[in-house]
Amino acid sequence: MSEDWDVVVAGAGIVGAACANECVSRGLRTAIVEAGEIGGGATAAGMGHIVVMDDSPAQLALTSYSQGLWRELASRLPASVEYESCGTLWVASDDEEMKEVHRKRALYATVGIASEVLDSRALSEAEPHLSPALAGALLVPSDGVLYPPCAAEFLVREAVRLGAKLYSQFKVISAGNGLVRLNDGTELRAPRIINALGSEASTLVPDLPIRKRKGHLVITDRYPGFVHHQLVELGYLKSAHSIATDSVAFNVQPRKTGQVLLGSSRQFGAEDSTVDYSMVAAMIDRARAFMPEIGTLSAIRIWTGFRAATPDKLPQIGPWQEDPTLFLAAGHEGLGITTSLGTAKVLVDYLMDGETGIPIDPYLPARFVRSEAHA
Amino acid sequence: MKQHFDILVIGAGPAGIAAAVRAAESGARVGLLDDNPAPGGQIWRKGAALPAAARDWIAKLDASPVVRLHGWHVFAHPASGVLMAESTAATDREAAELHYDKLVLATGARERFLPFPGWTLPNVMGAGGLDAMVRGGLPISGKRVVVAGTGPLLLAVAAHLAHRGAKVVAICEQAPVGRLAAFSLRLLDQPGKVMQGINYRWASRNARFHTGCWPIAANGQGSLESVTLQRNDQQWDVACDYLACGYHLVPNLELPVLLGCRIQNGFVATDKWQQTSIPGVLCAGEPTGIGGVELAILEGQIAGLAAADRISVASGLVQKRSRFQGFVRALANAVELDPQLRTLPSAETIVCRCEDVPFHVLGGYSSQRDAKLHTRCGMGPCQGRICGAATQFLFGWGADSVRPPVLTASFSSLAAASCAAGHASNDILNQNRKDTHTL
Amino acid sequence: MPDPSISLLVNGASVSVTPGTTVAAAILMSGPRARISVTGEPRAPLCGMGICFECRATINGFAHRRSCQVLCEPGMDVRTA
Ligand SMILES: Cc1cc2nc3c(=O)[nH]c(=O)nc-3n(C[C@H](O)[C@H](O)[C@H](O)COP(=O)(O)OP(=O)(O)OC[C@H]3O[C@@H](n4cnc5c(N)ncnc54)[C@H](O)[C@@H]3O)c2cc1C
Ligand SMILES: Cc1cc2nc3c(=O)[nH]c(=O)nc-3n(C[C@H](O)[C@H](O)[C@H](O)COP(=O)(O)OP(=O)(O)OC[C@H]3O[C@@H](n4cnc5c(N)ncnc54)[C@H](O)[C@@H]3O)c2cc1C
Ligand code: FES
Repeated sequence: MSEDWDVVVAGAGIVGAACANECVSRGLRTAIVEAGEIGGGATAAGMGHIVVMDDSPAQLALTSYSQGLWRELASRLPASVEYESCGTLWVASDDEEMKEVHRKRALYATVGIASEVLDSRALSEAEPHLSPALAGALLVPSDGVLYPPCAAEFLVREAVRLGAKLYSQFKVISAGNGLVRLNDGTELRAPRIINALGSEASTLVPDLPIRKRKGHLVITDRYPGFVHHQLVELGYLKSAHSIATDSVAFNVQPRKTGQVLLGSSRQFGAEDSTVDYSMVAAMIDRARAFMPEIGTLSAIRIWTGFRAATPDKLPQIGPWQEDPTLFLAAGHEGLGITTSLGTAKVLVDYLMDGETGIPIDPYLPARFVRSEAHA
Repeated sequence: MKQHFDILVIGAGPAGIAAAVRAAESGARVGLLDDNPAPGGQIWRKGAALPAAARDWIAKLDASPVVRLHGWHVFAHPASGVLMAESTAATDREAAELHYDKLVLATGARERFLPFPGWTLPNVMGAGGLDAMVRGGLPISGKRVVVAGTGPLLLAVAAHLAHRGAKVVAICEQAPVGRLAAFSLRLLDQPGKVMQGINYRWASRNARFHTGCWPIAANGQGSLESVTLQRNDQQWDVACDYLACGYHLVPNLELPVLLGCRIQNGFVATDKWQQTSIPGVLCAGEPTGIGGVELAILEGQIAGLAAADRISVASGLVQKRSRFQGFVRALANAVELDPQLRTLPSAETIVCRCEDVPFHVLGGYSSQRDAKLHTRCGMGPCQGRICGAATQFLFGWGADSVRPPVLTASFSSLAAASCAAGHASNDILNQNRKDTHTL
Repeated sequence: MPDPSISLLVNGASVSVTPGTTVAAAILMSGPRARISVTGEPRAPLCGMGICFECRATINGFAHRRSCQVLCEPGMDVRTA
């Protein structure tokens, strides 16, 4: 069987779902192919924190752009997506980190993200279970939390409602030169193919610089009101980016269900999904240092997931230089839930007319080829 | 707490008690752990007069040097040769690190529940469920009880409740009378079992016994008031205080699966000596097949002896065990669920009780995991133990993956699992602290 | 019936039970339900054997304990939703 489409999206994680949704709403005849469950890959593992981050100017641009798109979409999201604009508290342990709080506030203001500095007492009032010894925090009220698998499902269902076709439980065997082959022999032809396979993207595009970075999460039974904001230690920036070593950071999330979701660890070179108790214990010890009472909470499940990490921690969005029909939307590391909407907009803008909402250059896959050539 | 055992037995029902007692005969240091406050498992709960076999085994256990950990549940397997347990009974959530050379899993079975309108009302319980509650002190005297579902447990429960003064107003067995008769004939090989059946019927002789019959609705405001029963085209209401309804048993496989034991046709695969696919891990009782107390005791003994390297003693029991194979098959046939039971839930009937997921949202998903990810079915603290068996029957889905903790555990207990695994979480923390600030 | 000899608090009210009584049974003796479900329904024990989590209650300040697996102790403070 052979079919013609304007665009074929491979992968229905949050990124593929967002891309397909964007393609259909721009009038493109779109097919989506997903081998497993919708949002069943990294999207089923991610914390679902919609967060503005400033590790690099390009990251700040994409996350702030995307956070705004989620806020626009919020009123249309079904209850199952559990979207809540709970805000982020970037927690500072000492005066030095308070300086970072002020720096961050000024920087966020430059991209139109309002934030507020809390001193130690205001922080205690906002989050009574935090240790009173903390110095303060930066509150970013426009950040939020959602439930990623249902967000992906919503985006796919919307796309299908608008005319997209979902090939569910089909595996893409090859994609390139305007042709996508599925495991049952079906051939989908399209002048544009979007590879949104997350950490599996390199199975179809060899030499893609994407590595798996394992993370652990623990979720509790319901404790409504135990935490109110997503809490992240400011040290997160440093620990999350020390590429070489395993790391953990204090990262606690209130779910709309009243559950508490504890993140997060980062490990390279761990390819199997088993639970590593040393990582879990490190996460818990770290969390207890900030929130002593958290130790008494009942955990109901631990799981692991794999972030698709690139060398510069920015996603790969745009054409694959060796094949004019092939486009990448992959490598979103620990921010793909947030940046899925921005990724889809930027990529489809680029496909349609070349004008993008934010400059696409920092995310173009060609950057790695360039840097390799110069190395 | 940290302990080492030559042989550690998980589950203190008949299989686990037998395993621990026989294993300890050899002088090995044996531990027996169970999350219930007392030994006996589901069937030998205290309360009504226990059968002679139960008294006998519990007396042997009392006389043995077995180290007993009642009121503890296993939640993790952080490294080979180690299990982590947390205190269930005490309310301080202490964690224990249990090291073992050999492990015997005797985790038993639970009831299968099928969702029907009203099954979430208070006082609708499992058959074994109500029985356990009564043995745990719930007053039942003078209460009207309908016992329903399928399997030999129904008669046992009805008999016990009647003995405690309950008015058992009806017993409903979903299996048709023909199939039950065939099963009863099979029982003739097992005189003990037939006597059990007769005794049970006698004790609850005032009850109406219906075959091919089941509850289609539980009715009441805030609590149970009546049950609607159905048999063929007939439907009628029966006023009652409790409905005790369970559709036979499903094995507790979470711990064997977590340990990596191979599962075959829905049960733990074992060899002649009850050895699983994981070296040093044995399994006995219901997780290897639902075959009742006598088989569980035999398997437990074989596992205990084999774990203690007393193969020659065990081999005599292996012969005996083979006689039960026919019984296990006959039992499975007798309790096979009527396909009409798939139509029990209405659109609004809750399937996942932890997360209140109604039946109608589950159609269209391809697996337990698919449904779980998109509807929250099975996401709650029971981790699909109740709804999983139901959706398996209703939709043909397999079980979702097992992740730790196998039973809920506090964050503090989880953190303790790391030391047991031989890691120091501090290594990672210290690394971290080099480039971050600590409190 | 032996004399009740353990006294505990269920939602602030004193309940007397015989030794060996589970907290789940004590809860049902003093009211119709153990918890309120996530959509607001009253719920009570289903399995009686630690599997279903319907009997979760706050015991001595610890939330979400399976009350069917816990024996009553003198002075225990049990709270249901
Ligand atoms: C522990 C952890 C915590 C995280 N927390 C956050 C957070 O708080 N906020 C945030 O924004 N991000 C977070 N992330 C990151 C986020 O989860 C990912 O970046 C995001 O889910 C990536 O989505 P994706 O669609 O690219 O990939 P995936 O979700 O992995 O989707 C890829 C899809 O492709 C399918 N597929 C693969 N191969 C084939 C094939 N050959 N044919 C057809 N289909 C195929 C897969 O089945 C899968 O569904 C976290 C990640 C982890 C691991
Ligand atoms: C924000 C958020 C909140 C969550 N909240 C909850 C919650 O409250 N409760 C809860 O229980 N979970 C919760 N989850 C977690 C979820 O249920 C999964 O645990 C999570 O998606 C991670 O999946 P896993 O690794 O456990 O997947 P697994 O189910 O382990 O699967 C990973 C992959 O392996 C495959 N696989 C698994 N077992 C086998 C096998 N035997 N053979 C072959 N393949 C197999 C699966 O098909 C899948 O593709 C939440 C997830 C998120 C993102
Ligand atoms: S009644 Fe089921 S866990 Fe207590």
